[in-house]
Amino acid sequence: MMIRIFFYCTLALYGGATVAYLAYLFKTTPVLATWAHRLIAAGFVAHLLSTIHLSVLTGQLPITNMHQSLSFFSLTIVGAFIYFERTYKVAILGSFVSPLALLAIIASSALPDEIKHLSPILRSNWFWIHALMAFVSYAAFTITFATSAMYLIQEHFLKKKHFGALFRKLPSLDTMDDISYRCLTIGFPLLTMAIISGAIWSEQTGGGYWNWSDRKQIWSLITWFIYAALLHGRLTTGWRGRRAALLSILGFIVLLITFIGMKHSISW
Amino acid sequence: MNIIVVGLSHKTAPVEVREKVAFSPNLIEKPLRDLIALDEIVEGVVVSTCNRVEIYATTRDIAGGISRIKRFLADHHRISLESLEQHLYSYHSESAIRHVFRVASSLDSLVVGEPQILGQIKTAYGYAAEYKSSGIILNRFLHKAFSVAKRVRTETKIASSAVSVAFAAVELAKKILGDLSGKTVMLIGAGEMCELAAKHFLNSGASGVMVANRTFSRAERLADEFAGEAVRFEDLFDHLHRADIVLSSTGAPHTIIGPKDVEAVVRRRKYKPMFFIDIAVPRDIDAKVNDVESAYLFTVDDLQEIIQANLAQRNLEASKAEEIIEQEIGQFFRWLSSLESTPTIVALRSKFDEIRRAELDKTLSGWKDLPPEAEKRLEALTVAIINKLLHTPTAVLKQSGQGGRTDLYTDALRQLFDLQTSHQDDGELELEEE
Repeated sequence: MMIRIFFYCTLALYGGATVAYLAYLFKTTPVLATWAHRLIAAGFVAHLLSTIHLSVLTGQLPITNMHQSLSFFSLTIVGAFIYFERTYKVAILGSFVSPLALLAIIASSALPDEIKHLSPILRSNWFWIHALMAFVSYAAFTITFATSAMYLIQEHFLKKKHFGALFRKLPSLDTMDDISYRCLTIGFPLLTMAIISGAIWSEQTGGGYWNWSDRKQIWSLITWFIYAALLHGRLTTGWRGRRAALLSILGFIVLLITFIGMKHSISW
Repeated sequence: MNIIVVGLSHKTAPVEVREKVAFSPNLIEKPLRDLIALDEIVEGVVVSTCNRVEIYATTRDIAGGISRIKRFLADHHRISLESLEQHLYSYHSESAIRHVFRVASSLDSLVVGEPQILGQIKTAYGYAAEYKSSGIILNRFLHKAFSVAKRVRTETKIASSAVSVAFAAVELAKKILGDLSGKTVMLIGAGEMCELAAKHFLNSGASGVMVANRTFSRAERLADEFAGEAVRFEDLFDHLHRADIVLSSTGAPHTIIGPKDVEAVVRRRKYKPMFFIDIAVPRDIDAKVNDVESAYLFTVDDLQEIIQANLAQRNLEASKAEEIIEQEIGQFFRWLSSLESTPTIVALRSKFDEIRRAELDKTLSGWKDLPPEAEKRLEALTVAIINKLLHTPTAVLKQSGQGGRTDLYTDALRQLFDLQTSHQDDGELELEEE
């Protein structure tokens, strides 16, 4: 029951924060952003407590089914958002990230949560390393997605000379490009390690390092290639700004397909 | 004599129209001469900036003078009057004075309170004085406008917050480039506005300045001023990729930077964003440059919206400025009317005095044994009668300025008393200021 209380608190707080952040898109009232941030920070604390509680209860990280995974995904997104919001002082980022976090946790709450004990094949340290790395990289890529979307909107305003209230609230193109790049440099190595540790884990369970019939592995690889191309382009030919933003958005869509749409061939 | 104003500005015409009717300062002599050669026009001054083109003139026939100037603008720039007329405004008499005072005081500017406009009108007046297209009235009028502008600037806070096109440009650049420290500015051409913008950029952290000018020595001089680097105009595209901020204001008749050039430059910069501001009218940078990836082009018109936010505060100061202007209009208009009425009053007086003297002499010459004392008294008596008779008409005529009936009265007096006045010559002697 305790788990449920924290979980519903989180849901309510994220909901409130999202409403405030979305209102902030249209109304230039700084106090809205302040309250939105307080709500999401409180939601994060409740979420963290809920997650820790669940971990203690089950004796493992709560990422063993889709309900738990989506909730954990939401937690990492909000954690990453709070970090970047404080570092770059970009309140409006919340208007783009909080709906995603809210959506993830609503989806989570809609799914059944059967706490089951892990089958022996999951009792490997490589699985936990793999999963944790993957989640943090997902969070980083979510921020990249949000800043990329913001970049495209702001660029549209600049090109079309629409200097409205949202234009004033959105940060400079440079700031958004910078956050995108920072997140990419965090997310990409983590994703790489997640894939490698995943392969090792797969080998341990007797499935071999790489299984071409495992759609999750294949989609992970596609995601990896997209972000690898993006990083390469940035470092060499100067893909930045608009191109980088578009590719980041594509990468994120593929990532979501990988994360939500693809089941492991390994069943547990 | 009436003051008239015909023109267009950023408020009535887009840049596409303004650039068509702009006058190049180097070639201003002929239009000025053509202007005052017109039958209806006595004096004329042409003000041409990137935000406005205005002609100040004096005429005896308000309606005729205004329509003649409209036709002059259309003919001179070879555009149809029908297409131009919708963008033109015109003022006469008191409203013309108010308009020019407001323009000079920067109340009608794109950025209210920006200081450049006064200098631009001074320059325009300088040309008019040089080519003698301005006369007593416009000389006096523009000097008055300058002193009004000065009063507005010192007595209100309208210009103190340094909001200008240059400032708006810096704000906008920050929305694209983020922190400006370490950014390089390229100045193309050497407009005052450009220099000012460059100073703003340097104050905001930009670190390097390059200057390109068709006259290399001018580029060098300006570069020295900013501790920057002069670039030969022909080598512009060899250096452009080093610039994050490009400010262009050359007097070139057509664009000097096109989308193809910028595409190459941006590729060389590895798509690092570039911020272009085109202050020139006609434009230096092709509008299609804005469509190039990582290139953001803004014209003076685009800056307007950015500026709106700052206007609230300024409007408060502006209302104080309007009060000052109203006071000054009253003064100037009285002078203008007196210019009209004074010669008439002088002529009227001398006419009366002439008659008095003639009649007195006639009487005295036939009066042999008159004591000198009586002669003096008769003299005093006739003078007193004339003075009493003329007192009310003179006072009415002097005050008629405010009601704008001077012409009516002076014309009537001239006809009724058959007065001969030489307007221009007497005017200067009678200048009086309160």
